[in-house]
Amino acid sequence: MSAQLEIFTLNFSQHELLIALREWLALEFNLHSLESLFSFSLNNAYDPARHQYNATRIWEQVLKARPDSHHKLLVLTEYDLFIPVLTFVFGEAQLGGRAGIVSICRLLESFYGLPPNPDILFQRLRKEVVHELGHLYGLRHCYMPFCVMGPSTNVERVDAKEWKFCPECLETFARARNDLALRLGFPSVK
Amino acid sequence: MAPNDVSILVVDDERAVRDSLYGWFTEDGYEVDTAVDAQEALTKLRQRSFDLALLDIKLPGMDGMELQQRIREVDPELPVIMITAYASIETAVKALKSGAFDYVTKPFDPDNLSRLVRNAIRQKQLARENVRLREKISDLTAGDQLIGESEAMQKVRELIKTVAATDSTVVIHGESGTGKELVARAIHHHSDRRFFPIVDVNCGALAESILESELFGHEKGAFTGAHQTRKGKLEIADGGTLFLDEIASISMKTQVELLRVLETKQFTRVGGNKIITSDFRVICATNKNLEAAVAEGTFREDLYYRINVFSIYLPPLRERRSDIPLLANHFLKTYALAMNKPIREISPEALDILVRYEWPGNVRELENAIERAMVVGTPPAIRPEDLPMSLERSVSSDHDALAEVEKRHIAHVLDKYGWNISHAAHALKIDRVTLYNKIKRYGLQRP
Ligand SMILES: Nc1ncnc2c1ncn2[C@@H]1O[C@H](COP(=O)(O)OP(=O)(O)OP(=O)(O)O)[C@@H](O)[C@H]1O
Ligand SMILES: [Mg+2]
Ligand SMILES: [Zn+2]
Ligand SMILES: [Zn+2]
Repeated sequence: MSAQLEIFTLNFSQHELLIALREWLALEFNLHSLESLFSFSLNNAYDPARHQYNATRIWEQVLKARPDSHHKLLVLTEYDLFIPVLTFVFGEAQLGGRAGIVSICRLLESFYGLPPNPDILFQRLRKEVVHELGHLYGLRHCYMPFCVMGPSTNVERVDAKEWKFCPECLETFARARNDLALRLGFPSVK
Repeated sequence: MAPNDVSILVVDDERAVRDSLYGWFTEDGYEVDTAVDAQEALTKLRQRSFDLALLDIKLPGMDGMELQQRIREVDPELPVIMITAYASIETAVKALKSGAFDYVTKPFDPDNLSRLVRNAIRQKQLARENVRLREKISDLTAGDQLIGESEAMQKVRELIKTVAATDSTVVIHGESGTGKELVARAIHHHSDRRFFPIVDVNCGALAESILESELFGHEKGAFTGAHQTRKGKLEIADGGTLFLDEIASISMKTQVELLRVLETKQFTRVGGNKIITSDFRVICATNKNLEAAVAEGTFREDLYYRINVFSIYLPPLRERRSDIPLLANHFLKTYALAMNKPIREISPEALDILVRYEWPGNVRELENAIERAMVVGTPPAIRPEDLPMSLERSVSSDHDALAEVEKRHIAHVLDKYGWNISHAAHALKIDRVTLYNKIKRYGLQRP
C-alpha cells in the first residue's frame, strides 16, 4: 500500500505518540503515512504579541514545498495556534485541499492545569487529526451528535465527540478517498 | 441545527479577517460572502438576501455604524453583529442601541463566536415563527386550542383555569416545543385581562441593552438613534399580561431591575426620570431548570421566588404519547384547510410511526412533520414515506422505565455542570468513558 499522507513534525517531541497515531490511522482508516521534518521557513507565523503561531501561514509552507505531491500534507506541532480572528484553534485545514495542521498544545491536560494523561492525549489527538483529514477530503462541520466532524470549539467538545464519522460523513469521506485511490492506482487516468 | 442554507456576509477591510472568517464559517457549513467596504456590502445586499451580517465598526469611508443604518433600509430584519478591534464599551453600546444584535471583539473565542452566530440566526428564525404563530392564532376563533386528552394535559388545563382566575405570577416550564407559549396565551384568554393585550418579550433573543429598552422603553435622545420616545413592553402591557419567554437567559443586571419592577410595578424609561406605573400580570416560560440556574448562581434567588408563585409543567410529548394521534389529526385538518389539499387521514402505518417516535422537538416537531407530509404526500392519506423520520429512529413505547430514569438523571447532571464531562462524571461517580457511552446510548445532546 502506498502512502497517502505525509506528516510533518514541527517542534514536536512526542515520538511514541506519533508512532501510535500512524499505526492507528493505518489500521483504522487504511491510511498509510510518511513522516518528515518540517524544515521550511516559518513564514513569519509567530506573533510575538500573542505568543502563538498563525496556523494558515504554517500549512501554506508545506503546500509550497510539495507542489506536486499526491499526498495529503499534515503538520503536527506543539505550538499554540491561532487564526487572525480567533483566540486559538486546535487545527486548521484547507477545505477539500491538500494541507492542514494540528496542534496538541491545547489537547494536553497540562494546559488546563491537570496532571498529564497520555491516554486522553491520544484520544484527543486522533479525533483532531481525523477531523482535519475530513476537511482535507472536503467534509464540512456536522451536527450529528458524536460525529468527529462536529466543530471543536473547546476541549470539552473534543472529548464529547468520537473519533468516528457519522454514517453520512463516512460515506462522503470514503467516496472522496476512493477517488484518490483510483487516481493513484491508475496513473494513466491522470 | 445544520447551518446548511444559512448565508453570512462578512464586511471587513482587513484581508486576514475576511479570509479567516471565510474559512471558519465555510468549515462550519455556512455559505459565506465577503465585502471590503460599505459600498460593496450594500451592492451585495441589494442583489440577494443574507441571514446574518458581520460588520467591522471601523471601515474606510462609510463606517460600520453608518452601514448598519443603511442596511436597515435594505433589509430591516437582517441581524447584524459588529466587530470591534478593542473592547471600547462606548462604541459597542452605541452599536447595540442602533440595533445591532451583538458585538464581538477581535480576536474572538471560537466557542463564543459560534454561539453568537447561532443565536443571531435563531433570532431571525424566531421572528419568522412568531409571525406564523400569530397569524395562526388570529385565525382561530375563541375557544380552547390546546389539544390533548392525556392525564398530563387534563391537569394542565385544570391548572390554567385555576390560575387564570387569579393575578398570580406563573412560570411555565417544559422542553422546547411543548406548548409553553400556547399555555401562556390560554391563561391570558381565560383571565379578566383578556380585553387588554398580552405582550411577549423573547428574553433569549435580545442583547442585554436592547432588552432593557425593549422592556422599559426609552426617551427621545436617550442614545444615538432614539429619535422618538418609545413605550416599553411593560407599559404596553398595562391592564394585560406580560409574557417573558426564555426567562433564564436574562442577564444578572436586568434581573435586578426586573425584580424591582415586579415588586413596585413602577419604572422609568431609559434616559428618562418620569416614574411610570403599569398594571400587568407576569407569565414566564423557560426550558431550563431554574432551580439549577439558582444553584449555579446564574439566576437570582430572590427573583426566582418572586416569579415562581405558581408553576405549570408541560411534560415532553414522548411522555404523553396518547396525545399524538389527536394532535396529528388536528394539524392535519388545519393544514388541509390552509393548503386546500384533500388529504383527510393518516394511514395506520404512518400513525404507528408517529406514536412510537421520540419527538425531541415535541409538538412543534410533530406539527412540522405533518406540515411537511401534507406538502409531499398525495391524497387521500399521509403514508409512512411522507414522514421525515425513519423507522429506526423511533423506539417502542414500552421502554425500560429504569433506563428512562437514568437518562433523565444524567441529562440533569450534565445540564447542571454545563456539559463539563469531567465534572459531571465526577458527580455521577462514574468515569468519563462510561459517561460518554451513556450519553451516546441515550442520545443526549448538548443544548
Ligand atoms: N397542546 C397543543 N395543542 C395544539 N397545538 C400545540 C399544543 N402544544 C403545542 N402546540 C403547537 O406547537 C408549536 C410549539 O408550541 P409553543 O411555541 O407554545 O412551544 P414552546 O414550549 O413555547 O417552545 P419553545 O421553548 O421552543 O419556545 C406551536 O405551533 C403550538 O401551536
Ligand atoms: Mg416559546
Ligand atoms: Zn473543523
Ligand atoms: Zn457527520
